[in-house]
Amino acid sequence: MAAAGPSVFLLMVNGQVESAQFPEYDDLYCKYCFVYGQDWAPTAGLEEGISQITSKSQDVRQALVWNFPIDVTFKSTNPYGWPQIVLSVYGPDVFGNDVVRGYGAVHLPFSPGRHKRTIPMFVPESTSKLQKFTSWFMGRRPEYTDPKVVAQGEGREVTRVRSQGFVTLLFNVVTKDMRKLGYDTGPSDTQGVSGPSPPPGLPL
Amino acid sequence: MVSENPHLGNQPEPLQEDSDTRPLSMTTRRGPRSLPPIPSASRTGFAEFSMRERMREKLQAARSKAESTLLQEIPTPRPRRLQSPGEKELETEFGAEPGEEAQKTQQEDDSQSRSRVKFRDSVRKIKTKPPVPPGFPSAEEAYNFFTFNFDPEPEESEEKPKAKNRDGTTQEEEEGEEEEPPVQGIHKTDEQLLISATEAEAFLWGLDHAAADFVAVRPADYESAHVRLQMEKELLFVPSRLTVPTYKKLPENVQPRYLEDEGLYIGTRPDVPRTCQNIMENRLLTQEPGRRWFGDDGRIVALPNPIKPFPSRPPVLTQEQDFRAELETLYKKAVKYVHRSQHMIGSGDSPGNFQLDIDISGLIFTHHPCFSREHVLAAKLAQLYDQYLARHQRNKAKFLTDKLQALRNAVQTGLNPAKTHKSLDTTQKTINEYKSEIRQTRKLRDAEQEKDRMLLKTIIKVWKEMKSLREFQRFTNTPLKLVLRKEKVDQKADEEAYEAEIQAEISELLEEHMEEHEQKMEAYRAAYQQWKAWKKAQRAKKKKKKQAVEEHPEEEMGEPYPEEDLVKPVPPEPTDRALMEHQVRERAARSRRRPGEPLLVPELSLAGSVTPNEQCPRVEVLRREDVKRRSIYLKVIFNDKEVSRTDSRPLGADFRVHFGQIFNLQIFNWPESLTLQVYETVGHSGTTLLAEVFLPIPETTIVTGRAPIEEVEFSSNQHVTLDHEGVGSGMPFSFEADGSNQLILMTSGKVSNSVAWAIGENGIPLIPPLSQQNIGFRSALKRADAISSIGTSGLTDLKKLAKWAAESKLDPNDPNNAPLMQLISVATSGESYVPDFFRLEQLQQEFNFVSDEELNRSKRFRLLCLRSQEVPEFRNYKQIPAYDREIMEKVFQDYEKRLRDRNVIETKDHIDPHRAMVAKYLQQVRESVINRFLIAKHHFLLSDLIVEEEVPNISSEGSGILGLSLFKLAEQKRPLRPRRKGRKKVTAQNLSDGDIKVLVNIIRAYDIPVRKPTASKFQQPSRSSRTFSEKHAASPTTHSPTHSADYPLGQVLVRPFVEVSFQRTICHTTTAEGPNPSWNEELELPFRAPNGDYSTSSLQSVKDDVFINIFDEVLYDVLEDDRERGSGIHTRIERHWLGCVKIPFSTIYFQAKIDGTFKIDIPPVLLGYSKERSMIIERGFDSVRSLSEGSYITLFITMEPQLVPGESVREKMSDVLKKFDSQEDEKLLQATEKFQAECALKFPHRQCLTTVTDISGKTVFITRYLKPLNPPQELLEACPNNPQATAELVARYVSLIPFLPDTVSFAGICDLWSTSDQFLDLLAGDEEEHAVLLCNYFLSLGKKAWLVMGSAIPEGPTAYVLTREQSHYLIWNPCSGHFYGQFDTFCPLKSVGCLIGPDNIWFNIQRHDSPLRINFDVTKPKLWKSFFSRNLLYPGLSSVQPEELIYQRTDKAAAAELQDRIEKILKEKIMDWRPRHLTRWNRYCTSALRHFLPLLERSRGEDVEDDHRGELLKQLGDYRFSGFPLHMPYSELKPLIEAVYSTGVHNIDVPNVEFALAVYIHPYPKNVLSVWIYVASLIRNR
Repeated sequence: MAAAGPSVFLLMVNGQVESAQFPEYDDLYCKYCFVYGQDWAPTAGLEEGISQITSKSQDVRQALVWNFPIDVTFKSTNPYGWPQIVLSVYGPDVFGNDVVRGYGAVHLPFSPGRHKRTIPMFVPESTSKLQKFTSWFMGRRPEYTDPKVVAQGEGREVTRVRSQGFVTLLFNVVTKDMRKLGYDTGPSDTQGVSGPSPPPGLPL
Repeated sequence: MVSENPHLGNQPEPLQEDSDTRPLSMTTRRGPRSLPPIPSASRTGFAEFSMRERMREKLQAARSKAESTLLQEIPTPRPRRLQSPGEKELETEFGAEPGEEAQKTQQEDDSQSRSRVKFRDSVRKIKTKPPVPPGFPSAEEAYNFFTFNFDPEPEESEEKPKAKNRDGTTQEEEEGEEEEPPVQGIHKTDEQLLISATEAEAFLWGLDHAAADFVAVRPADYESAHVRLQMEKELLFVPSRLTVPTYKKLPENVQPRYLEDEGLYIGTRPDVPRTCQNIMENRLLTQEPGRRWFGDDGRIVALPNPIKPFPSRPPVLTQEQDFRAELETLYKKAVKYVHRSQHMIGSGDSPGNFQLDIDISGLIFTHHPCFSREHVLAAKLAQLYDQYLARHQRNKAKFLTDKLQALRNAVQTGLNPAKTHKSLDTTQKTINEYKSEIRQTRKLRDAEQEKDRMLLKTIIKVWKEMKSLREFQRFTNTPLKLVLRKEKVDQKADEEAYEAEIQAEISELLEEHMEEHEQKMEAYRAAYQQWKAWKKAQRAKKKKKKQAVEEHPEEEMGEPYPEEDLVKPVPPEPTDRALMEHQVRERAARSRRRPGEPLLVPELSLAGSVTPNEQCPRVEVLRREDVKRRSIYLKVIFNDKEVSRTDSRPLGADFRVHFGQIFNLQIFNWPESLTLQVYETVGHSGTTLLAEVFLPIPETTIVTGRAPIEEVEFSSNQHVTLDHEGVGSGMPFSFEADGSNQLILMTSGKVSNSVAWAIGENGIPLIPPLSQQNIGFRSALKRADAISSIGTSGLTDLKKLAKWAAESKLDPNDPNNAPLMQLISVATSGESYVPDFFRLEQLQQEFNFVSDEELNRSKRFRLLCLRSQEVPEFRNYKQIPAYDREIMEKVFQDYEKRLRDRNVIETKDHIDPHRAMVAKYLQQVRESVINRFLIAKHHFLLSDLIVEEEVPNISSEGSGILGLSLFKLAEQKRPLRPRRKGRKKVTAQNLSDGDIKVLVNIIRAYDIPVRKPTASKFQQPSRSSRTFSEKHAASPTTHSPTHSADYPLGQVLVRPFVEVSFQRTICHTTTAEGPNPSWNEELELPFRAPNGDYSTSSLQSVKDDVFINIFDEVLYDVLEDDRERGSGIHTRIERHWLGCVKIPFSTIYFQAKIDGTFKIDIPPVLLGYSKERSMIIERGFDSVRSLSEGSYITLFITMEPQLVPGESVREKMSDVLKKFDSQEDEKLLQATEKFQAECALKFPHRQCLTTVTDISGKTVFITRYLKPLNPPQELLEACPNNPQATAELVARYVSLIPFLPDTVSFAGICDLWSTSDQFLDLLAGDEEEHAVLLCNYFLSLGKKAWLVMGSAIPEGPTAYVLTREQSHYLIWNPCSGHFYGQFDTFCPLKSVGCLIGPDNIWFNIQRHDSPLRINFDVTKPKLWKSFFSRNLLYPGLSSVQPEELIYQRTDKAAAAELQDRIEKILKEKIMDWRPRHLTRWNRYCTSALRHFLPLLERSRGEDVEDDHRGELLKQLGDYRFSGFPLHMPYSELKPLIEAVYSTGVHNIDVPNVEFALAVYIHPYPKNVLSVWIYVASLIRNR
């Protein structure tokens, strides 16, 4: 890439799916994938991943810790369609069937630096009480045809969901050539942000 | 600090006692000095006892030292005394000592006592500090310091505010005195407390001199209240409440500056009482001399009051209430929309909420027919008097006089140079301005004065006339009486003023005249000069002319004219002063009161008496009676409707009618007009409408109680003549005896009324919202948002608004009022600009960062837009470059070309212009339909997003049964007899290239044609050409299955293999042997979706076909030399195309699997091959012989993984379809839904069709498509006496119309059914159209025919035609033109869903749906459920088909031309395909083939093979020949080329090969073309 004028910018994200709060469930694992616009292309790293199964911690926090690494690099010409990470969490139900425990999505942070995101998770609701019962009984809960729909707005109006828990993600974001292409996403003075502590203002 | 306080507390004590206690204190002070050992004693008591001895010794030494020093001066242990009254005094006296003292103590103290000493030292230091500052605080100050800081008693704090609250200072003092005693007491107790505290402290510090001998007994302190007060006064600061003079608050020599006066906006200051402000100011002044708290105006700096009078938030709901109750939705009945909404008040409000109060107080006639002459005069007088009063009130003359005076004064001062310091010219300028102003004002004043005078004169004149009239008629009708009051004036002063005025005026006028004169003189001089010069020139010219005339007589003419009119100018007259004075005086006399003349003030009164009736003449009595008979009432007309009327009131003698009625109009409509109609009743005769009075609609600000009584004038144009004294109306009359000076008066009058909006119970005006009003005006108001800023609900008159603003003294500088002020200024300046548009986003322009043109020019933006619009070319465009410069212009080229071509018909691709047009049209239809369905695509159903198990239904069968699944739980994990499980279906979203494979399982084939020995020239066993009838009669073939004996190299009959090509990937099987080969091979072909888009819609639109070609592998021995045969094999493999099966990918996709035996499409003539009849097949169906013959292949095709077919779009279509309009009866549509639901319940997999979508997207009942339609006459005439042949011909004709599946063209959206004429015009359609047309033809041929909806292989759901012959049923495939018997096993129709006739639909409710096993007798209701039955009778639906089809004969010449072109193109193509070889064309063979093709057409490709072969052999005996005719319907050139290519004829690379190619086009009516292409390769035998 010539120094004169880059034609793409890079967004490098690494971090981890740290932990989750699912008060009622245990032995969960999560899947992540990315949804991005047409102008985006992954250049390095993994676009998808399935974590190990984790059990609740035995203390009062009852956190489900995965610490599952994320490492992906995108290139793009256009901030439109900024990548979103889509998480879906699965775990066994009473009968041992693997059912979905939550879907959630969040945009990757725009500004370089360390970011912590806690995203609420939700699952689609059954269409009727009977459905609910049978789906519970048979371990076939309603699921999204594609987890990626949670990152889009179209068609969501036909669904009803229930919230389930939270997943905490940590991102370390590095961008390249964003500013050269005219996109200024960083804070007003970049000197101020460096430091080990995560920026305040994010819910934890 | 705590430790310090006691010491500090000690200090005040001496102050209290001051002088008288001093001696005592002196003594006590001495004590400690003289007694140094005591501290040591205490030390022994507290310090370590072990060290006692040593310490004692040391102390002894120290003490001796200390004694000597201490005795001299120092009072070291001061604070340890209980009372040391005089100490302070002393200490101050010895102010310089402490340092010394400290040194000394340090010296004398030993190590053990060091710490203590240090402490003491520090204490001392603190103690000694207060006296150190030079300020030298007085005793009182010190005391106060103590009380202020320390006293925690509440009384003290209470006292202070009390004192503050006092009004006057004197009073405060009194109060203070009253409160003094308790305060003192408190102080005393404080002291005691403190003392004890100090004691304790001292004790703690180890000072043990609290022995009794130190206690001094004193009398109780007393302090007089006065003294105390005095002290307090000095200490306490009580800010004054008096206003602080401004100069104190401002810096020296600075004048207060009032910003408000300078026109700057200053908000309202918060409301603070004046006294509080004063106190604060005083305090600030004394505390901080900096004055920074004071503004330029000398007031305390304060921000404007931020508190708004009204809450900006809605009132908070009460906490207790459940918030859900607030959020609860309320049902409101739907309100019918009334079209005349403009006149409607908001629908939510109940009618009658708005009320208009109309107060009609009375009516006065200014003229009435019954007026007597006196009345007329009286009215005139009254009017004049009113005018006079009005003028008097305004008194304009006085105002102008004053102004004149002021101006004159200004001029006077301006003229005086001593007083002005301005430059001369500006003064002059202002003076000139003043002068012109004076002139103007004078003129105005004169006019006003004259008018005043005239008015007065007229009043007097009228009054005189009236008086004379009264005298003349000897009675009085009106009580009017005018009194002229004279006001005496000071004669002399008046005269002087008059004279002065006149003089001033004269002087001014003179000056004016002088100026004028000057100017005129100036002009004159100039003119004179000019004239002189001209004169001179003239003279010179004349001289010249005289000379010239002789020389050039003709020149004379032009010259003299222009100069002739110059006249000598006359000098202007100087003004005459006397004359001017005369003029001025004259004018003054005319317009002004003469000096000394009394001021006349007219007063009109009604004090006069009216002559009673008895004394009046008869005519007058008549008139009066007439008046009495008359009565008046008013009608109130609201929006052109009478809403109420007043009582009828008699007309008074003074022509006034008093009503005094208030009408409360409960209105529902916005008032548009409000009219009062004045009706007059004369006696008992009818009423007449006198006049209409139009009342203005009140402003919304006018509410009852505030509305002024207004007088609205009216007049009527009626003509009334009366036979009594009344003067009548519209009639001329005169006051003069001679009838001159006639007057014509019309009935007129005034209605005094007031109209106002009522106020509701809660004080809210009952005004309808403004929304119904003029939109333009309102938007202007709204834009300025003036209404909200002043808090009124709505305004309609800007003038009034301005008035209101002026009256209410709005601060024009207040930012709050800015919009209003602007509005007013706009409105009052006359150019009330009301924009006739409404801007939705007012700030849009401000936020545009580039102009629109620039934005449109941006290629990147355009690309992004197009992609977002899902334009096909850009839908999947990835990574749009970041810069414009990186976007190639050619990106848009295709798109632009397409846009351009939309209306241009391109004939290059389509040889036939008609077809090009059709293609274009189809393209447009497709686009419009796709656009329509794009919306539907973005419409999601729950099932699109969420995978959910179906509700288990116990009653029906299926996998989701609850019971069954429960049962499954108990099932064995590995059953002995595993059942087949369905493959898992994959949604096509997360797939990529290479994930999907098409699996083609080729099992076996039957009846492959076998080779014929080409070399043998013997005649083939004659297979006479069979006729149609013959086919039915089973004629066993003469061929035996094996006659391979003829083959030279012992080759088998045929060695077929199958080649499958799909998306340019080619796979082939191994080579099998024999005419009935069995391969059983699975071929795997990768699938690639277009553009890598694996979405459902994309997959549905894949148009690729799977070609399954069957070839014969022929080995030719190419060994030249027989001798080498023993040692080597030299053969060449040739592949000869035998036939193909074509299966569209869309079929595979929708069907998920294709399993069955298909007929191989084999050309009618395969040179070198002949059909081997399989005895097995024929034996199997002896009873009913199969009509179809040919070769078959058994295939199984599927996809891996299985894709979920995009049914969702289809299902959603039903939703969308409902939105498409339909012209069908609602009942019928409901019935169709019901019928379909019932059928689907019984047999969910059987196709049931009742309504279809026509080409314009409307839903049409299906039977409307079926109607007998005439086939082309030409076809009927072909074989007039063979109905079966005709039927076949017709079927062939239909099959020749190109097939275009609309599921492909419309991307799996829906079937569009076009009518037969549309179909024939388009010359393209899918099964339905073919079937409909064929069925219609059959119906017109008199056959019983139905449309069969069912599924067939390979098409899937399709439409066939069923006809009933005499004894049996025939199933026709409309697309191929083939027909099958009901019991034909090779019939592609595999299941029958429903039959559709022209007047009914029958759904198959038999157990089986295979045509082999069902009964086609639709009359049996147990087998066929009919749509129209006894319950629902056939309503006689009209057909959508045309009355009759019109066929044009196809132009034969055009067909011939097309034929030549195709041939040429194909030849070029073949040569292109053989780039490395020479392609020779055998012309002889070509012509032979060309002759043969029409024969083929005539016989429809049947049974001409042998003759043809024979002929060919005859002609081309020397050649080894392989070739075949291809037959296709003509649609485009491309499929023809593809077909030729797929045969692989060009692949022969034998060096001496020759080719032959012939094309024949047979034109059928309506441009239906049958294309025959004969390709052959020839190899010369040696």
